[in-house]
Amino acid sequence: MFCLRPPCDPSKFVADAVKNIPPSGIRRFFDLVSGLEDIISLGVGEPDFITPWHIREMCIHSLEKGQTSYTSNYGLPELRDELTKTYYRRYGLNYDPSSEVLITTGVSEALDIAVRTVVNPGDEVIIVQPSYVAYVPSVVLAGGKPVIVSTHRDDEFSLTAEALKPAITNKTKAIILNFPNNPTGAIMTQEELEDIADLIVENDLFVISDEVYECLTYGSKHVPFSSLDGMKERTIMLNGFSKAYAMTGLRLGFAMGSPEIIHSMMMIHQYSMLCAPITAQIGAIEALRNGKDEMERMVREYDRRRHFIVNGFNKIGLECCNPKGAFYAFPYIGNTGLSSSEFAERLLDEKKVVTIPGDVFGEAGEGFLRCAYAASIDDIRKALDRMGDFMDGLKQ
Amino acid sequence: MDEKVRHILEILENDARATPEEIASLIDMSAQEVSQEITKLEETGIIRHYKTIVDWDLVGENYVYAVIELKVTLERNQGYQAIAERIYKFPEVRSVRLLSGNYDISLTVRGKSMKDVAFFVAEKIATLDQVQSTSTHFVLKTYKEDGVILHEPETIKKLPVSF
Repeated sequence: MFCLRPPCDPSKFVADAVKNIPPSGIRRFFDLVSGLEDIISLGVGEPDFITPWHIREMCIHSLEKGQTSYTSNYGLPELRDELTKTYYRRYGLNYDPSSEVLITTGVSEALDIAVRTVVNPGDEVIIVQPSYVAYVPSVVLAGGKPVIVSTHRDDEFSLTAEALKPAITNKTKAIILNFPNNPTGAIMTQEELEDIADLIVENDLFVISDEVYECLTYGSKHVPFSSLDGMKERTIMLNGFSKAYAMTGLRLGFAMGSPEIIHSMMMIHQYSMLCAPITAQIGAIEALRNGKDEMERMVREYDRRRHFIVNGFNKIGLECCNPKGAFYAFPYIGNTGLSSSEFAERLLDEKKVVTIPGDVFGEAGEGFLRCAYAASIDDIRKALDRMGDFMDGLKQ
Repeated sequence: MDEKVRHILEILENDARATPEEIASLIDMSAQEVSQEITKLEETGIIRHYKTIVDWDLVGENYVYAVIELKVTLERNQGYQAIAERIYKFPEVRSVRLLSGNYDISLTVRGKSMKDVAFFVAEKIATLDQVQSTSTHFVLKTYKEDGVILHEPETIKKLPVSF
């Protein structure tokens, strides 16, 4: 057919902010893995457990009843109520369900709108790396400038005031914290967090605290950042239902903060999402009301796997400290002479074991490997055997 | 309860064949300590018994199971213990429970055929002095036994890589 109008290159229409988003290292691995057979994956970021039946059953029943309409922008009142009651019970935190809670479509959305609520173009936002892959892109998209602060193996990847201080300038607006941490599994104790809180107040900063792994701590209780003295007004606390209740695909998260901040987040949320999925919200209410035993059982199972995998890594010559949270082990592979990417790619290629190279999570992750123990003991055992063979092969 | 003991019990309840070495690799204890703890748990009766759940249908051994409900009269100065003992001593009786509701005792009986089971109930259970009435229900199919699902559940596929 004869064309009168000339063709165009659509990519020229893409906004600069989006063009500036760094490519995702994990996506690359997803492409490498697809189509391969007999793989054992330690490369996931979600539980291998299925959402407990009582939660699914409640969701199904609500669909059968026809509960499929919009909810309030802030989320179902019963859910916000249960959440604030849970936080009071667990941590003595007092959040007002009617104005200090926002239910979102996954913690991913809560993170995105938290950043957009707080960051003006040009604002510096401190990101503690190794970090979850979405923090830098969120800040870039909001027009902010990510400033990286690294954590180290010697401190078991906790954030120190010494590391944080030099990164703060008069342009610093906020810091994104994630403890328990993806990918390192690190947690921060009350004392360690108090040091950070002092700096936050001194420099009048805001905190976005991603606490999705709050329920997954081993041997110590999680300390919400907003529970520290003077931190509640300065903190948006993010959490969700994906990790503790294996509801990843149901997409449900929440933010808690002062009424002014939550209202501002809602101003974006009401237009971009309108409301989180009602089915997921109903499931979440059930999870909070009746899901404690099952959740605690899952945590104990993770604890056993954690023990197993860390010992396994140390036995095959990969130094791995004992992570106290989340479901990731972060062994050091630097002694092998390979970079993280080389190690992970060769391991995948030669032994069909999927792990995620640490540099995907920032430069501070170079030399490490993120290995999720969100897999059965059998799979972890097989993966360790194959990795042991791989390590033997490297020695030759 | 000690957290480590809870771990040991959960592991064994799920897999009675887990060895002390395997259990030790999952918790912060040596294999010897695990062995010692298991012995203690066995001696105190906390670990009552180790069991294998067999799907006999697959071997062609088509056992017949029945659930029988009994109404009993208690003899003077005797609780339910005496009649329960009388009943559970029969090897055909796989379980005996005291229930609330319309019936007093519920048993599960296993036999080689429906006729066998019916005969057992009629000759051995119904004839007991204390048994007022029986109600026999034959088991047509067992889907789940003591926490174990007996057919192959569909495995859910998850993405091998995610953030």
